[in-house]
Amino acid sequence: MTPTDELEPMTQANLAPYDAPNAAGYFGDYGGRFVAETLMHALDELTAVFEELQGDAAFRAEFEQDLSRYVGRPTPLYRAERLARHAGGAAICLKREDLNHTGAHKINNTVGQALLARRMGKTRIIAETGAGQHGVATATVAARMGLECHVYMGAEDIRRQSLNVYRMKLLGAEVIPVNSGSRTLKDAMNEAMRDWVTHVDHTHYIIGSVAGPHPYPLLVREFQSVIGVEARAQCLEQEGRLPDLLVACVGGGSNAMGLFHPFVDDEGVDMVGVEAGGLGLATGEHAAPLNAGNPGVLHGARTYVMDDEDGQIVPTHSISAGLDYPGVGPEHSHWKDIGRARYGSVTDEEALAAFRLLNRTEGIMPALESSHAIAYAVAEAARRPASDLIVVNLSGRGDKDIGTVAEVDGIEL
Amino acid sequence: MTATRLVRCLAALKGAERKALNTFITAGDPTKAATVPAMHALVRGGADIIELGVPFSDPEADGPAIQLSSERALAEGTTLREVLDMVAAFRTSDTATPVLLMGYLNVLLKMGLAEFASAAGRAGADGVIVVNLPPEEAADVKELLAAQGMDLVLLAAPTTTPERARMIASVASGFLYYVSFRGTTGANLLDPKAVGQSVTRLREATELPILVGFGIRDGDSARRVAALADGVVVGTALVTTMGEAPPDEIPARLEAQVRSLRQALDA
Repeated sequence: MTPTDELEPMTQANLAPYDAPNAAGYFGDYGGRFVAETLMHALDELTAVFEELQGDAAFRAEFEQDLSRYVGRPTPLYRAERLARHAGGAAICLKREDLNHTGAHKINNTVGQALLARRMGKTRIIAETGAGQHGVATATVAARMGLECHVYMGAEDIRRQSLNVYRMKLLGAEVIPVNSGSRTLKDAMNEAMRDWVTHVDHTHYIIGSVAGPHPYPLLVREFQSVIGVEARAQCLEQEGRLPDLLVACVGGGSNAMGLFHPFVDDEGVDMVGVEAGGLGLATGEHAAPLNAGNPGVLHGARTYVMDDEDGQIVPTHSISAGLDYPGVGPEHSHWKDIGRARYGSVTDEEALAAFRLLNRTEGIMPALESSHAIAYAVAEAARRPASDLIVVNLSGRGDKDIGTVAEVDGIEL
Repeated sequence: MTATRLVRCLAALKGAERKALNTFITAGDPTKAATVPAMHALVRGGADIIELGVPFSDPEADGPAIQLSSERALAEGTTLREVLDMVAAFRTSDTATPVLLMGYLNVLLKMGLAEFASAAGRAGADGVIVVNLPPEEAADVKELLAAQGMDLVLLAAPTTTPERARMIASVASGFLYYVSFRGTTGANLLDPKAVGQSVTRLREATELPILVGFGIRDGDSARRVAALADGVVVGTALVTTMGEAPPDEIPARLEAQVRSLRQALDA
């Protein structure tokens, strides 16, 4: 074989614009639809409505207006000088998703999906939540549209995120504790699926991440891609260049995909998704399927999962409830395999240190989820020259985590 | 290809103008030792087909009773290989009753679909029902099972459109499992009238026998639903017995429970 024979198809493949998923919802080998038959029609309907509305200028205008006037977009891209100085190396910019209404990126998606629900004539909204940010964001849009809202939340997460539980109740949502399995995010998702299968005719399930069966990974990515679209334009305008590296935490992976996807065809932009390393990958007490799991099928999609030798999903651990999940969005699985993004991990302890560091250097309190990305970016910045630029998705604010951090410090509030 | 044990069983029932009684229990629940005696008890009571649940950590389509049975089986450490061993043990003294394995895809993928199909065939299983495997994704599994003389039973639901029903029927073999309502297993949502209309519509899409499951808990509901279809599937009611009965009474209690279902169907 000559070098040309080898190189030509590769080069063409590299030049082709990225266009996953295919019509069946596959990102390479990952994604698809693995759900009970009862839900297949609802997924078909959701796909059709989403496709129709994507080409609908009035819908796009309404979505964009909601993002600007209700959510408060665009969020700033903030150059964190003191944080970068502390790291000693590359420049660091923070995409301030923490400044969105309700305090995290989650609302970008719930605003979009609420519009879809209205178009489909659904009168009831359900959601799963881990840290409570997606639950709050869902309860918020449900309140605004006058829709009935039920949020499923693991009993363990209800304990560690009591502030968000009360917020959801104030917003008029019913928070339903889930006591099965590990009593965390995955079990909340199981229970939401059971609710949906029972009430599918009048209920829309707002999945909070780029996970679940097709079309969820696609439509959540599309609603969250406003993060990367803004960040890309802000980088060009404020820094006069594209970044060298994007960093975001990955539980299901919606804030990461929202930041990464608009840069997918920018070959010079590297991407790192940061999973929850928990007590350390070697201990098995973590939530890092891309680092330490394998392909499987969970919650409607083929993707990397954490399971045992018999295919049972194993309990996960992370100090951050929003990352405490044994699966991941299928597009991240694809990007790991094709090398478009790399996936690292950060331990509980490192995330806590980054939480404190950002408070002290920049006066910003990050969510523990986002603190994983901060920790990784600071370590990466130290290894890079001052001429490099890193953009970190500061996906949410940390008020909800004050109790958890105080508990670590032995302080009773 | 010769007809599978499942197809022969359903054809014989049809010839005799009898309704099929398909009974579900979870393998390894409440103990591994309980399963094979329980399977024989189901047959003694009058079950035509046994569905053996393969326990999974995240049974997202199941209601509380079957979730708990899965948890009990996993607490016993029940693995897929052991479930297949149970089938093989059952086969040493019963070569007539079709045994279907019912579960979720991840457990089968972990063993490898080809390895699973051949191991299940060797063990004497007759077919598979994978709750979260829609027809669009089922081609590989169907082929691997068919090569072992096993059927792939697919589900249809009240939300299934006529187009989907035809697609499901084109992939499925053995029988179509009609899910009687929107909901999880064991819910109290059964509406025989609606089931009758749906089964009639489903007949236009398929020549396969149609068995109806979800929400059938006693002789009365079994009889009313069976009158509309080729048979019924009973799971939650039996699994609840498995969870509640003292271990040494499980076979006798199951047998009596199935006998009352059988009598209602045959009346």
